[in-house]
Amino acid sequence: MPKTWRNHVLLAYSLAIIAFLYLPLVILAAYSFNASRVNAVWSGFTVDWYLSLFKNRRVLEALTNSLIIAFFSTIVSTILGTTAAIALNRYKFKYQNVINGLLYLPILIPEIVMGLSLLVLFSQAHFPLGKGTLVLAHITFCVSFVVITVNARLEGMKPEYEQAAMDLYATPWQTFRYITLPIAMPGIVAGALIAFTLSIDDFIISFFVAGPNSTTLPLYIYAMVKRGISPEINALSTLMMIVTVSLVIIAQILQPQHTSKKEE
Amino acid sequence: MKEMVRVQGIKKVFDDTVVIPGLDLIINDGEFLTLLGPSGCGKTTLLRMIAGLETPTEGTIYLDGKDMTKLPPYKRDVNMVFQNYALFPHMDVEENIRFGLKMKQVPKDEQDVRVEKLLKLTHLEKFRHRFPSEMSGGQQQRVAIARALVNNPKVLLLDEPLGALDYQLRKKLQIELKNLQRQLGITFIFVTHDQEEALTMSDRIVVMNEGEIEQDDTPGNLYHKPQTRFVAKFIGETNFLEQEDGSTNVMRPEKLNLCPEGFHGQDHPKPKLFGTITDVIFYGTIDKVFVKLDDSEQKVVAYQYFDDIKKWQAGERVGIWWYPQDEVMVHK
Repeated sequence: MPKTWRNHVLLAYSLAIIAFLYLPLVILAAYSFNASRVNAVWSGFTVDWYLSLFKNRRVLEALTNSLIIAFFSTIVSTILGTTAAIALNRYKFKYQNVINGLLYLPILIPEIVMGLSLLVLFSQAHFPLGKGTLVLAHITFCVSFVVITVNARLEGMKPEYEQAAMDLYATPWQTFRYITLPIAMPGIVAGALIAFTLSIDDFIISFFVAGPNSTTLPLYIYAMVKRGISPEINALSTLMMIVTVSLVIIAQILQPQHTSKKEE
Repeated sequence: MKEMVRVQGIKKVFDDTVVIPGLDLIINDGEFLTLLGPSGCGKTTLLRMIAGLETPTEGTIYLDGKDMTKLPPYKRDVNMVFQNYALFPHMDVEENIRFGLKMKQVPKDEQDVRVEKLLKLTHLEKFRHRFPSEMSGGQQQRVAIARALVNNPKVLLLDEPLGALDYQLRKKLQIELKNLQRQLGITFIFVTHDQEEALTMSDRIVVMNEGEIEQDDTPGNLYHKPQTRFVAKFIGETNFLEQEDGSTNVMRPEKLNLCPEGFHGQDHPKPKLFGTITDVIFYGTIDKVFVKLDDSEQKVVAYQYFDDIKKWQAGERVGIWWYPQDEVMVHK
């Protein structure tokens, strides 16, 4: 008896935590379908706000900016991060731990410090703020995440695979092309998805380094909120949330612990 | 006999640790040669140097008369079966086997013929589209062998290929491997720490210890005429009977015979040692009888065939005798 009682309490507690975490998001999503312009009053279901979003030229422009920036920063950070992870994993050299540490540092440094330092750097270098600076800034923090995910994948990959390939007449390049790259691919894709998500979502760093004509979605939402919370913001935020969550789920599915089972 | 691999003056040092201080070995064409020794004796390192996966610190390795010491692994006509098979997890059985031919740019139709032949030879036709993760250890092992043999290597290197399998399957695959080698006539260099495996499969065994060759001989000679204490101890069960002149008489347990103390027939030599039986252990075809010798703490073991008349009991006093020609004296 006490055991079932304990289970009930545990269940209730877990539900409370989940509610605490997700209730705000659920409310936001719910109100994006509210017919009333005032948030507090529910006056019927509508998808008008979503439709009006897609007619709003400035929203679409912000969306385009976000996608362009995310696209380029994902590609560059995935290539840089993957090659870095392979180098760190396959070659042993002096000060390796220091370099590892430096790669993880951007994750730990407060975003506001990153944003500010990048802004200072760009203005010192007389770099005009805009999409270019946003891409550069996003690459700097995305690379670390790509390195971590690809590295996790490579850790689980035995060096014998590459040795076996070499033994079977594959040159170092062929070994990379046919063995290392395909086996690391789930980690690379996961890393790219995380990079894309981080870039789409980023506000603080983007806030510092954005220029005219490079407003991203989060920056646009922030600007809208300053004029009062409208149901359109709710709709836009809900859409962003859906995209982010789906990308994270895909990345999770591709994570090493799920795929490496096949190799056992 | 034609020489296939010549290892000359090979030395290997890993970060100040000398793994192989200096080694010479010639392996003949078509031979099943086993490198046998405890872990850390340098046998795998030697194999990996022949494969090109390690570079010798000093010395030369010849394959079929050509110096290949400096050739990278992908330019050597040898193939390896790895300890844990190292099958490519993202390729099915057929793609795994085809890999070497594809890298060597063998024409597509010849690839098909050779892959098919190996699938058949290793009884893997049914599994051609399975992935390694969907197969048992024994099946994976066959894929690893097929993947190496499809390239018609001059030498096949096998690094403890049966180590990860259970006892029954290992016995079965030992015979299969040996037959395969006879059938194909390819030189096999086989690394193992399992002396029984080495004795069953090999034409010649090289026993290694701390990077050096202890004895290079046929399985029969290694068992019956060990030249060092190490070899005697490593292969089979042995009694070490220390002699007054400092040498050791190495007596295999099946060559020791027991008789009741004070009673021995006229048809065999007189017992040389006496003692008390401490244990008798049933082993199916034989009993292992342990005898504590008088005047010393040493215990010897003798294998006695089951005898309807006489069943040895713990506590009995016995004499131990043997034929002089069964004595094997070693000096180190």
